[in-house]
Parts: sequence; C-alpha cells; structure tokens
Amino acid sequence: MFKNILVANRGEIALRVIRAAKELGVRTTAVYSEADVDSMHVHLADDAICIGPAKSADSYLNMQAILSAAEIANVDAIHPGYGFLSENPRFAELCESCNVKFIGPSARVIALMGDKNQARATATKYGVPVTPGSEGIVETEAEALKVAEQIGYPVMIKATAGGGGRGMRPALNKASFVTAFHAARTEAQACFGCPDVYIERLVQNPHHVEFQIVADSHGNVKELGERDCSMQRRNQKIIEETPSPLLTSGLRQRMAEASESLVRNIGYENCGTIEYLVDDQENFYFMEMNTRIQVEHPITEEVRGCDLIKEQIRIASGEPLSDHVVYSQPRGHSIECRINAEDPYNNFAPSPGKINLFYAPGGRGVRVDTHVYSGYEVPPNYDSMIAKLIVTGATREIAIARMLRSLREFVIGGIKTTIPFQVSILENSAFRNGDYNIGWVETFLASHPSPPELPYFMRED
Amino acid sequence: MDFREIKRIVELMDQHGLSVFKLEQGETKLELKKGGDLDVKAIQNWMSSAPAPQYAPAYAQVPAPAGGAPAAAAVEAGLPTNVKEVTSPMVGTFYTASSPDSEPFVKVGTKVNADSTVCIIEAMKVMNEIKSEISGEIVELLVENGTAVQYGEPLFRVKTA
Repeated sequence: MFKNILVANRGEIALRVIRAAKELGVRTTAVYSEADVDSMHVHLADDAICIGPAKSADSYLNMQAILSAAEIANVDAIHPGYGFLSENPRFAELCESCNVKFIGPSARVIALMGDKNQARATATKYGVPVTPGSEGIVETEAEALKVAEQIGYPVMIKATAGGGGRGMRPALNKASFVTAFHAARTEAQACFGCPDVYIERLVQNPHHVEFQIVADSHGNVKELGERDCSMQRRNQKIIEETPSPLLTSGLRQRMAEASESLVRNIGYENCGTIEYLVDDQENFYFMEMNTRIQVEHPITEEVRGCDLIKEQIRIASGEPLSDHVVYSQPRGHSIECRINAEDPYNNFAPSPGKINLFYAPGGRGVRVDTHVYSGYEVPPNYDSMIAKLIVTGATREIAIARMLRSLREFVIGGIKTTIPFQVSILENSAFRNGDYNIGWVETFLASHPSPPELPYFMRED
Repeated sequence: MDFREIKRIVELMDQHGLSVFKLEQGETKLELKKGGDLDVKAIQNWMSSAPAPQYAPAYAQVPAPAGGAPAAAAVEAGLPTNVKEVTSPMVGTFYTASSPDSEPFVKVGTKVNADSTVCIIEAMKVMNEIKSEISGEIVELLVENGTAVQYGEPLFRVKTA
C-alpha cells in the first residue's frame, strides 16, 4: 500500500480522495492554488503545498508544479481526480518516469481511448456497436458531404480531440451541413488545438446511459451496472440515477457484456466508464470512454455497497479487486443532484461569493459530498459545482421522495444555487415516469418554469 | 522560520508536555503557549476532524500555510512600507548558490536590481535561476539552503530606496 498520495485536484473530489486515503491509513498531500487556500481539502490533508496562482493553467494543470510538489513531499502515488490532468496521457507518462504511481490506467490506454475517433474504431474492433459514422477523420468539405449522405441525416460533427460534451455541432439536413462542418472545425481548433472532426449519425431522442467498470492488474474485470445521465443542460449532467428507468434486463445484459469485453480487450486497469447513447428502440451505441473516476460515481457506490476511490487506490498499489466488489449485487435505487453555484432563473449565471449559512440535509439514505462550509468563499475561477447530494432508497419512488425532502432541507445561504431548479425537475411527471432524454431539460427550460415554493429559510430576503 | 518548523515545535511541545516555548533568532521572535487563549491540542484535533466554522476565519489569516500547521504562533507581521518580499514563483527546492562550492548569489546587504539572480529553485531536476524582480538591498534571508518551498513562499526581504 502507498505511504503518501498526492491529490492533483481540488474541491469535492480532492476531499473525496483524501477521505478514502485516510481510511486506508495512507498519508495525504494536497496541492492548491492561491484561490483555494481555505478549501476543505487543504485543511484536511496531512500536508498541503501551494503550487501556483488561481488560474488553472498555472496551477491544477501545471504538470511541472505538481510533479515538483510530489518530489518535495516524497509521495509514491498521485490521484488525478476527474477533469484537469486525469485523462492526460503525457501527465500519466511523466508520473511513471518520476517513479510515482498514477492512480488510473496506463498512459497507453488513456491515449487510446482519449482520441474519440480512434476510440470508436477500437469499440467497433471489439464488437461494441457504434453509431453509423465516418471511418475516421473527415478532412475536406467534399468528403464530409459524401460521408454524411452515406450515414444519413441528421448527423453530428464531432471534434476528435474533444470531450465532456464540447466541440460538437449537429447538422439536421444537407442544407445546413456545410456551415456546421466548418463551424465545428473552427471551434475544435479553438478549444482543443486540433480541428480534426469525424461524423456520426445523430441518434434521435437519445438517452445517455453509462456503465461503470473496474479492473485490476491481475486480469480481473467487473462491471458495476449503469447510470442514467440523460438529465443534461448544454451537455452538462445535472441529475443522475441508477438503475436507469429505461433499460430492460435484456438490454442491460447486452450492454454490460459489451462493456466488460471492451475493457478486457484493451488491457484496461483501474476504474473507468463507458458512455452510450440509447434510442427508444433498445439500440445502444458506444459514444466514448472516460478513463478516470466520474463525478457521479457515488450512486454506483450506494447501490453496490463499495468505495470506488479506495478500490482505485488498492488496484493501483497492486491488490486484486476486493471480494465485496467482485460479488456485489445491486440493491435499491440511488439519485444524485449536482448542486452548482448558479442562478437557474437568470440563465444559470455563475454565483460565486461567500456562503454565510450552510446546512446539509441528513437522515436515512442521504449523502452529501462537498468541500464547502459556512463562511467559505466560492471562488470564481473554477467550475461551479459546489456539492453533490446523493440519496438512496429501496425503490425509485422512495428515492425520489427522499431527494425532494433533502433538497428542500438543504440551505446554502449567500449565493444562488441550482437547488430550486432541481426540485422542479424532481416534481415533474416526466421525471417521475422515467420519461426523459437528453433534450428534456432544454425543452423544460424553454417553457420558463417558475421557481417552486420553498421553505421560509430558503427564500431570498 | 517556516510553518513546517513551527508545526514540528508544537508536536515536540506536546510530546514532552511543555507548556511554554520561546525563541529569539535574529529578528524573529516566536512564543508558543499551551492552554490559555489558544488550545494547541484542540486545534490539532480539529485539523484532523470535521470542520468547525468558527475556526475557518482564524486559519485564513495565516499566509502560505502548510496544511496541519496550527495558528498558535505569535510570529511578527507587518513590514515597513519600504521593505518588499521576493516570493517563490514555483514549487521546488531552494538553493542559495549555483553549486555547493560556489558563493551564494546574495547575502544580507547585497544590492540587487530587478534582473539580479537571487537564488536557484530546483524543480524536477531543472535548476531555475530566480530573479529578484525588486530593486534594492537584501535585508533578510527567509529560507535555509536546501529547503523545499512552495509557490508564493517569501524567500528574501528587500529594502527599496
């Protein structure tokens, strides 16, 4: 087992990793930017090293600073969390050459699945269905038009270096295709430094369903069920649940087998997630693979009775998968709401600032993963997620009732949050009937829903 | 004197059941008292348990903290207006000279301008020459040769004009 783990991240995931390491008796080293000097992960780590100014590029994305900190703190492993450097093969490679274990898969596998276009080819090679699409990068307008005709409209033009829902442009028909093609290439170049795009059939009314897998260095692979993440706004997830209300047991079985087989074939190690689009006819299509732990991992933990972060650390230190993971069976239903510091009634404008009152919900089946506290100043420099509220119940109905009860109890005073908006989604019949897809939130927003009635202590003064 | 050293002193006080520790070293004065206003043990316990909001502001006043370092120190604060600090632009190991046999780049009294090299910070086997960025006279060396430093850590005090 490791002696000292450096957490190359911030916010709630840094805290999550530190908690897991503490339970394993491993020393923790936090790194932080000047904007995060008061963050909870800095307080709770055994050691903390300031690595740069607020700007991510100079701190949390600064590989030299992080590896230098790893050197002076004498760590033997680095957990990259999610986002930032977690899917950067160069960083994984650098860790290796510095003799520090990168907690995740190898640089080779990260690179293989990180190139989205190549990942499609890999999935096809190992028998995982993909949406009809181009054979590779489409270089010219003429070639692109031909490919789009073959695939059949509507199509989606996607950046191969993209990810996280960014760098994608739809083209509903031939008339709009050329503009979309060039716009996608321009955006891809601006966001990811690479204009290369590939083309896929656009799945109608898709559902986003992903499978969690875990694999050790001894050849053991286990899939741990799915998560339905169709509740998205601008391709960013806001509510996730497991099991998916959409999947039949037959479809689940097929998707689970495809996921496990892909992971075995590419020699994957540690935790990972395979994301699929599912249409209303029980067809599923490989979308991408995330070679890291995901934000929404807690809902899988709750129904499977496991700690995925501890498992990541164990796997990285050479241990085989834990028995309780290998033999786990799903039990109950779990839902997560990502609480963002945003004003949902002002176009989700970011709402940084000081939290003057913080009261987290509690009780049976309620879990709050957060780095914030009363008096904490939410910095404007990073993404707006400040807490994850995870509730679990024996059935989906119980979980929904519990989530509503918890959201209404949750007090985050001094800033605006997405809590009222999430209350209105949970109360909506579409959610209760499990009848929603990736486009649902935007449609709901377009109907200008009014804020729900909230308890007196949550209302604005 | 950095916070790692202060933290170590607090740990030693605890281990040996000391209640008062006083140190005067050049211009640095340090006094640590157990019990009374600040309960060192309580702060250490809090550092490793759930957050208590009323402590958070106290922690925030501590500059360039190394997590776990208690806020019990009564270290001097407040520099005269004509004294500025040269801070570390990176994480690494601080060296006063370009090699173990060389003369240090600067000493107390050395006059520097913005481009003067004041020290080396080694990061990942690369020796980086650090520039003063401030013109004036070195009045204090804040870090010992061979110590690890973090981003923003004060290295030297320079008297301008």
